[in-house]
Amino acid sequence: MDELLEILEDIDPDNDYENDEHLIDDAHLDSLSLLQLVSELEDTFDIQVTPTELIPANFNSAKAIWAMVQRLQQEG
Amino acid sequence: MSYTYLLYLLVFLPGVLLVYAIVPQRFRGVVLLLASYAFLIQLSHKLSFFIVYTTISVFLIGLWLSAAQKRSEARIKAGADRKTEKKANTRRRRAILWLGILSQGGVLFFLKFYDSVAAHLNLWTASEVLPVKNLVLPLGISFYTLEAISYLVDVYYRKIEVERNIGRMALFLSFFPIIMEGPICRYGELARPLWEGKQLTYRNLTFGAQRLLWGLFKKWVIADRLSPLVSTLFNHPGGYQGGVMALAGILYTLQLYADFSGCIDMTIGTGEMFGLTLPENFRQPFFAKTPSEFWRRWHITLGAWFKDYIFYPLSLTSGIKKLGKSARKKLGKHYGQIAQTLIPLFAVWLCNGVWHGTGWTYLFYGMYYFVLIVTGELIEPLVASGTAKLGIDRSHWPWRILQTVKMLAIIFTGELFFRATSMPNGWQMFSSIFTGFGKGGITDGALLTLGITFQDYLLAGIALAVVLVVGVLHERGIHIRERVAAWPIVPRWCFYFAALFAVLIFGVYGFGHTPADLIYAGF
Repeated sequence: MDELLEILEDIDPDNDYENDEHLIDDAHLDSLSLLQLVSELEDTFDIQVTPTELIPANFNSAKAIWAMVQRLQQEG
Repeated sequence: MSYTYLLYLLVFLPGVLLVYAIVPQRFRGVVLLLASYAFLIQLSHKLSFFIVYTTISVFLIGLWLSAAQKRSEARIKAGADRKTEKKANTRRRRAILWLGILSQGGVLFFLKFYDSVAAHLNLWTASEVLPVKNLVLPLGISFYTLEAISYLVDVYYRKIEVERNIGRMALFLSFFPIIMEGPICRYGELARPLWEGKQLTYRNLTFGAQRLLWGLFKKWVIADRLSPLVSTLFNHPGGYQGGVMALAGILYTLQLYADFSGCIDMTIGTGEMFGLTLPENFRQPFFAKTPSEFWRRWHITLGAWFKDYIFYPLSLTSGIKKLGKSARKKLGKHYGQIAQTLIPLFAVWLCNGVWHGTGWTYLFYGMYYFVLIVTGELIEPLVASGTAKLGIDRSHWPWRILQTVKMLAIIFTGELFFRATSMPNGWQMFSSIFTGFGKGGITDGALLTLGITFQDYLLAGIALAVVLVVGVLHERGIHIRERVAAWPIVPRWCFYFAALFAVLIFGVYGFGHTPADLIYAGF
């Protein structure tokens, strides 16, 4: 999780990733940042993020992103 | 008969609701399917064959995708090397998916572009290389083809279960309230509730009828009233001074909005009557402050489709991701991110343009927004630092109003070219705003001779003011129907009757009057 927070801080340090649960709904992460995030997640956690994963429910909070990362790691 | 015909409103829709209410729940899906095909056939005749082709082919290809996955899983269970099998399976399924996409998109592309390509080719070669066939586009094909492709992609990614009931598939693709202009629905959200045959309820019927009436108000009182004026102006691109041409762009935008969003209101209202929640297609688009925001508020389901099935898949291809990484290293975070999205964005706006039609005006319209969105992203750091230096607060109302006015000018200009009968005509109209601007035509009474009267202007203006007020209320999160439903019975029903009579008295409709076509049904 710490690694994920580091990635998020690097992409946009202005967001409150510990508490914000509407990163996508409130447009705190735009599509440009989202694509950079996906690229970083794939490299760091050795996962494959398919286009169908790009839904608000998976990216609205750091917790949701972390849950998706763990799920994708398990699915291998 | 289409949605605004009295025959539809007074006979067809009530008839379907009645039969739907009478039959046992398990047959309600069949009732809707029969009604949808009856509606389709009376409008499309022989061309209804195309939706049958789409239904059967997409149904079979979906089953093929699912069977390929099952066979692969069985092979892994039987001891095949997991990694190798997964790779081979992805290759096989991707080939099946592409076959499906091409089998649907290819038909749409052929029907939309064949005549245009043939005409251009014959013109350039000065001989008849390809015969022009004057192909007619089957009703709704631009909409249900996108729905069919999204179904296949969702099955491919295993986002939804494969469909094993062809009746459910047929109804999803042909459901009569959405067949003409959308909204573009997703299989996973609509197919099952639609086929399930939900119980009719008083609340759904009344709320749905109110939404339908609101749509009729926009269509009959605004769009159809402005229609003759807009047609006259765009058919004479060199006939008026710049002031009138600027007005033409504004009036067409308002007509299009009233027409398209009115039709969508009617569709969503009809869906609501059957207990269905259809996706919204408009969210106060004229309050947008940037082109990107505009497209999150205007024709939302088309924008969402392009984002989910073109922008993201292309952005996540290994080539584009590599390009993004190297661009971020060389150009920095902001410009690197923009570089990564350039190709996918170009594809999205190219598809947006050509989806609307074969004319150069549509291609221009797509590219217009591509350039505006990319430019907006490129200059954002400059604007941010410039406003900061000047002490301008971008969240304060003066800046926001300036942004809204800028965006309105962008929208009106885009729609002027979109509606123009050709690119040269569009350019002539646009350039006359700057080279021949004059109020002639506006102040000398000429506008009253272009197909509509002073009363028409007045009524359309009042109706637009009502739409604006409702838009402001929606923007503030106020749900008018819920508020009115909570009123005491007398004022509540006074309001309902006032709304009904406003549509009946001020609408352009009736026996002997040919209703203006739904604009987006032509795409």
